[in-house]
Amino acid sequence: MGSTNSTLLKIPNVEVLMQETGLKLVAEENCLNVSPAHIIRLHDRFKALDKEGRGHLCPHDFGAIKELAMNPIGDRIIGAFFSPGKETVDFHTFVKILAHFRPVDKDRPKEPNSPEPINSRSNKLKFAFQLYDQDKDGKISRDELLQVLRAMLGMQVTDEQLESIADRTIQEADLDRDDTISFEEFRKSLEKINIDHKMSIRFLR
Amino acid sequence: MAFLQQFALLLALLIIFSTSCKTAMLEVDSAEVGLNYSLKSSATENISTSTNDSTGGHGSSTITTLPIVIWKWHHVETPYLVALWILTCWLCKLVAELNHNITSVIPESGLLIMMGFILGGIVWGADKAQTFKLIPVNFFYYLLPQIVLDASYCMPNKLFFSNLGAILVHAVIGTCWNAGTVGIALWGCYEGGAMGNLNIGLLQFLLFGALMSAVDPVAVIAVFEEVHVNEVLYILVFGESLLNDGVTVVLYNVFDAFVSLGGPKINAAEIIKGIISFFVVSFGGSFLGVVFAVLISMLTRVTKNVQVIEAGFIIVLGYLSYLTAEMLSLSAILSITFCGVCCQKYITANMDEKSVTTLRYVLKVMANGSETMIFVFLGLSAIDQNIWVWNTGFILLTILFIVIFRFMGVFFLNWLLNQSRLIPIDLTDQFVMGYGGLRGAVAYGLAASLDEKKIPEKNLMLGTTLIVVYFTVILQGITMKPLVQWLKVKKATQSDLTLNGKMNNRVFEHVLTAMEDICGRMGDNWWTRHWNYFEDKYVCWLLMTSDARKHKDPIFGVFHKLNLEDAKKYVNEGESKGSLAFIRNYDNASVDFKKQLALEYADIMPDIMNDMSEYDFGIDNVPVTSVMKNPLPSVSLNVHELDRKSMLNDLSAHHLLDQHLYKSRRDNRPTYSRSHYNTSENPDEMQEIFQRTMRSRLESFKSAKMGVNPAKKLSKHPKKDSTHKPNGKPADPHRTHPYGDEDFEFSADSASSSEIAGHFPRRNTNAPGAGVDNPTANNMAVAPSQTAQGRLPWTPTNLRHLAPLRMSTRSTDSFAMADASVDDEAPEEKSGSHHTRL
Repeated sequence: MGSTNSTLLKIPNVEVLMQETGLKLVAEENCLNVSPAHIIRLHDRFKALDKEGRGHLCPHDFGAIKELAMNPIGDRIIGAFFSPGKETVDFHTFVKILAHFRPVDKDRPKEPNSPEPINSRSNKLKFAFQLYDQDKDGKISRDELLQVLRAMLGMQVTDEQLESIADRTIQEADLDRDDTISFEEFRKSLEKINIDHKMSIRFLR
Repeated sequence: MAFLQQFALLLALLIIFSTSCKTAMLEVDSAEVGLNYSLKSSATENISTSTNDSTGGHGSSTITTLPIVIWKWHHVETPYLVALWILTCWLCKLVAELNHNITSVIPESGLLIMMGFILGGIVWGADKAQTFKLIPVNFFYYLLPQIVLDASYCMPNKLFFSNLGAILVHAVIGTCWNAGTVGIALWGCYEGGAMGNLNIGLLQFLLFGALMSAVDPVAVIAVFEEVHVNEVLYILVFGESLLNDGVTVVLYNVFDAFVSLGGPKINAAEIIKGIISFFVVSFGGSFLGVVFAVLISMLTRVTKNVQVIEAGFIIVLGYLSYLTAEMLSLSAILSITFCGVCCQKYITANMDEKSVTTLRYVLKVMANGSETMIFVFLGLSAIDQNIWVWNTGFILLTILFIVIFRFMGVFFLNWLLNQSRLIPIDLTDQFVMGYGGLRGAVAYGLAASLDEKKIPEKNLMLGTTLIVVYFTVILQGITMKPLVQWLKVKKATQSDLTLNGKMNNRVFEHVLTAMEDICGRMGDNWWTRHWNYFEDKYVCWLLMTSDARKHKDPIFGVFHKLNLEDAKKYVNEGESKGSLAFIRNYDNASVDFKKQLALEYADIMPDIMNDMSEYDFGIDNVPVTSVMKNPLPSVSLNVHELDRKSMLNDLSAHHLLDQHLYKSRRDNRPTYSRSHYNTSENPDEMQEIFQRTMRSRLESFKSAKMGVNPAKKLSKHPKKDSTHKPNGKPADPHRTHPYGDEDFEFSADSASSSEIAGHFPRRNTNAPGAGVDNPTANNMAVAPSQTAQGRLPWTPTNLRHLAPLRMSTRSTDSFAMADASVDDEAPEEKSGSHHTRL
């Protein structure tokens, strides 16, 4: 484990990170796949993305991932890594964001003192919500919804159809009839969807 | 009463059956080919022998005088018997389904087998011989293909492909495991002396093991659908049993070849050849299926002009894919399976909605029909002395081994799969999967096609197979449901179809792929995404019509479907509250409709109702009708997500819509055409209608605002001609009319002419609008909220989803805001709509 330890030294606050995110540092021997430790792997990736070696990532570092450029809502997702007003993201935040997508594990013992794991259902939902809510007012307005819809549907439908779809979507979720979707309404509208399945990545298990 | 009905049916069944028996006896007597007389093909052979000596045939015997009518039984014998048998079997199903208390305990397939016992008993009583039985040729060529095609065509596509890995592991490895272990274990027991003296070698045992490994899903799927088990379990069992049939047949053929080759000639090279042949046959068959799927999809791009037989193409080509694979000695079942699964999406998008529905129903009828026949004949086959070679050890050990090894295989493979699954398959699901390994008709069909020359103990194997089938289908079938309930197998989450869900699913997918990109790893979503990209770019271009391509987006499809649902609700609501006849005859009916609603809502929101009578809300029925038949996505795009129920909903919606909304326009048209369902209107004309509708609406609205009551004319006003000429429209509705719709013309007219004021109650005027907008909406690409925002001051209770219901103050619609008095009413409306919402 010598190499692991030497890598550990380079990562600041590893213990805190592990506790916060629940990601594994050292490979656990589970029956078939011996997966390399998540954090170390992510750190390697982080360093690879950080081409200039500044120790933090800028939006254009993400923009260099060419698959991400194909993603219709790619820029929103990149934006989600940066907290408002900040232009950079350090490794700590990077991992914490990615930890949203760790599958929920039932067999791992739950510590009573940690209030809510970062990969809980509502945290996953919050992440999705902020992708819509660009002006961060806690509500998805019709325009914000339209923008996402337009990005995803592309040229397949006309503007009128897009608008009526947006209207209907809002109407579906909008409980207090203010023509916007608040987070509470957002959560309610997705109550029946298994978020744990839909917002989890297998290799972060 | 129910008992009487049941009894009468039973009686009818018996009468029909005895007739068919009698006719059969007649046949037996005259032609004296009793034993191998069966459903279709042997009967055809029969007829060639029997027509020679029959006198009823055509022209062979000289006649002395002109006969008026003659008895020509031999002319119609074969088709007649076939039809009678089909009828008998289907009546059996009818009888079996009569009492729901029984069907909830015993699965239908089990009941049908028991019916088969009874029928077989009657045949036996009449003939003292096994006159009718299921012969493999009929089974594999006429009964099986449509079942497989139906199953694969109705396969939930996305679910299937996302679980394809697990399904393949179970279908291929699991089947091989079952075949091998059952065969070897039986052989071991035989060598150990558990079965006495039999003339069976290891190869024959392996062959038997192979044919015993075909899992039949019918009974299990029926239970699953009733209990709504979670979709992963469902797709695993369903997909496995479908592919497993194909693999079984391939395996059977390989072992059959080994048996023909004989023990001593088998060396390592032959075994390797056998393994290669296994893969070539299965993958070749699957590939051929995909090729046919491409062909079908491309064909449906151009079948727009022959809509009537559009659905037939798919059935014929599907069948051809089966036969072609058979011809090339590839796996026919796998071929037709992949054909159905792959073409589904594209043909659904390409074909007209009606054809899609037709196809679904035709396939269902055919599949259910032949399924029924298969089970009845499985029961019927029990009455055959020849096959009953009893060997207790062999039979009991077979049952024991198939159950044990099935469980072992399932648990082991699931354990393997769980190592890499995001959502592991839990233990109860695994147990149910194992228990769901019922054996069915495929096993019997394969056993029946064993060659007696090569396998001397064929009858023992056949008899054992039948017993295993009866044991699993009846016993395990009965216990399946209690077991599922007792184990508390995870149920499917009842997810409503919502735009939010659909849209967010899409967002989640994008997010996941983005995260995988950021992590720099190829995950599950990598494949999905790249396939989607590839499909968007090339596959859809090749296989879809340009129209369908434009509207294939699932979000849009959901939108369309939701609107359809609302439309249906609206119609139902309308029918319970009054009549939708206003659309045809809007002078009175609309008032009735409204009045009735007013009565109902009077206590809830009296103020609104008062206001209602004051103001002309014009088109309050219109938005919904325009929602209903938003024609653009005339193809429902993601039908694969429909379960049968919602399919039914759609259909009935269509039915209702057709009945209630569009008759007026069809009135003056020929109602029957041999080759077309319906002619579509000229778009220019529709544009015209649209413009005029809008104008008349505007006018009636204006007059409402100014307090002028627009008039209603019952007679044709001379002025009408002048109002219409500027539009270049023929003035007299009785002349050859572009829309064939006299009512409509009249209505536009009455709404626009406002000279004669105040003759009629105001409310009446909204009706013409309704009538007018209807055809217009038919052609509008614009979605409802555009045309109809805020025009529904209140809605029927069920219509809370309706898009037009945007009554907030931020509504962009000028109508709601136009009048100050409307503003007074707005809060009332809000509370009202809240009320209905709850």
